[in-house]
Amino acid sequence: MKTPLIVELEAKAALLRKDIVRMIGVGKPGHVGGSCSIADIMAALYFHQMKHDPKNPQWEGRDRLIMSKGHAGIIQYAALAECGYFDKEILWTLKDMGSILQGHPDRRKVPGIEMSTGSLGQGFSAACGMAAGLRVSGSDNNVYCVIGDGELAEGQIWEAALTGVAHKLDHLVVILDNNTLQAMGPITQRYNTAVTSYADKFRNFGWRVIEIDGNDMEQIVPALDVASVSRGMPTCIVAHTIKGKGLAFAENQVGFHNGAMTQEQYDSVMGGEPV
Amino acid sequence: MSGKISANQRTAYGKTLAALGAEDARICACEADLGKSTMSCFFEEAFPDRYFEMGIGEANMTSFAAGLSLTGKIVFTHSFAMFSGLRAFEQIRQSVALPYCNVKIIGSSAGLSDFGDGASHQTVEDIAALRAIPNMTVLVPCDANEVPKMVRAAVKHDGPVYIRICRNDTPTLTEAEGDYKIGEMRVMREGTDVAIFACGIMVTRALDAAEALAECGISARVINAGTLKPFDEARACELTRDVRGVVTAEEHSVIGGLGSAVACALRRQKKPLEIVGIEDQFGQSAQSAEELMQFYGLTAEHIAEAAKSVLA
Repeated sequence: MKTPLIVELEAKAALLRKDIVRMIGVGKPGHVGGSCSIADIMAALYFHQMKHDPKNPQWEGRDRLIMSKGHAGIIQYAALAECGYFDKEILWTLKDMGSILQGHPDRRKVPGIEMSTGSLGQGFSAACGMAAGLRVSGSDNNVYCVIGDGELAEGQIWEAALTGVAHKLDHLVVILDNNTLQAMGPITQRYNTAVTSYADKFRNFGWRVIEIDGNDMEQIVPALDVASVSRGMPTCIVAHTIKGKGLAFAENQVGFHNGAMTQEQYDSVMGGEPV
Repeated sequence: MSGKISANQRTAYGKTLAALGAEDARICACEADLGKSTMSCFFEEAFPDRYFEMGIGEANMTSFAAGLSLTGKIVFTHSFAMFSGLRAFEQIRQSVALPYCNVKIIGSSAGLSDFGDGASHQTVEDIAALRAIPNMTVLVPCDANEVPKMVRAAVKHDGPVYIRICRNDTPTLTEAEGDYKIGEMRVMREGTDVAIFACGIMVTRALDAAEALAECGISARVINAGTLKPFDEARACELTRDVRGVVTAEEHSVIGGLGSAVACALRRQKKPLEIVGIEDQFGQSAQSAEELMQFYGLTAEHIAEAAKSVLA
């Protein structure tokens, strides 16, 4: 029996997925795959785990979230709108000229976006700096950061992994969206960063590692609950996910890293709602 | 240059940062293992809790500083200019300038001033590169007295700033008192025939050139253009209206630096212009900075020759 919380969060995740399908629309490329793989975790963060106030995005007592894999920013936009950071109608202006919703998140344009990302690897370092700054300020808030497995090829990721431990950033929780596909194909076949496991890599760097099925809300919620109060070292949640999860046509499809939906595919999610 | 008092920009910088640390609890510093060169060590000693040793990882340091700044801190990053400014170029663009983070990038041992280490460490492209990034402010102090004033101006400015610091002792040209206003162009010597715009350690050479030109009957106005961005184009035009020729002087590539800024500012004027700088090439090791300045054509004599040529 799922608890009411799990049921509620699963419904939120389903809603976020539906929102991004509408945001992207038919025949236009959009980062469907990497957004859907992290959708369940985004729902758990914004609707359960994080302390935040959509009516006061700059509230000092808030936890922070940085989407280092900025191409999945669309799922964060959907979550922010659903929380009430901005009018949900704005979602449908994604990538329009003049829209606050850029192809990659811009902290100066979107309420609730803590850091501009898009150039991979950098958000993780910024999250380290944010955790360090909160400590200097005497805050007890957490900093959450989502990185992708394709992003692990960026050297800066490993510089940041060293920093998290060197500066004992124990209010930092990094979530690795391990969906196993980079833009051009399976990571193990294209550029194999998984010769040794990611969990082992982070453990060897000195991180506390929690491994979960990142699309199973019953595993996500307890993992975040534990990570959010773990102290002494930073925590990395290695979330095994399915790229495109929740959209039957996109699951595990390399083409949906940044793919365009057909009308049929769109309708299969939206049930004939207008574009 | 004999007879002038010399002082060190790095030392002045380190002392200023430590003093600012006492005045403002928001100030934090990140260092990439060169604290005794950049002199961020003074700040470390005084404020260890606000000092972050980041190891030799300038890219990560820069993005880290951006995140740190977003918790309400004013963050200084440190290394040689080659690494804090150029190795981390993309992090400066993406993590600092685009999100408009309150990070001050200290490019130490800049230009040819790290004479022994050779081309890998001698930064002759930093002004060009950083000037091209939107939201950036680029400052180049002409002496040790200008350093504290520029650093304080950078703290007052809410946004990204790059400050280029010379490694070696330099003659003192400006007074210790007063404030620096970002964007200012200061006339260091009045003249009527030719205007010489200079920045950094070339200002003293421009003044020496003006002295030599005076002996030949040529009157040169010397302008300390220490703010490379935002560059006050209107003021540059004003300062050249009454002269017959213009010279620029910088310890930097002739591509994209002060010469380019002045040429762009004066693009509607039909005045002869000469750019004194490092021709499109890398530096090299030498036993002294002066040897390099001579070799790459960055002396008072080179400036005076350029002035004569624009008047010919």
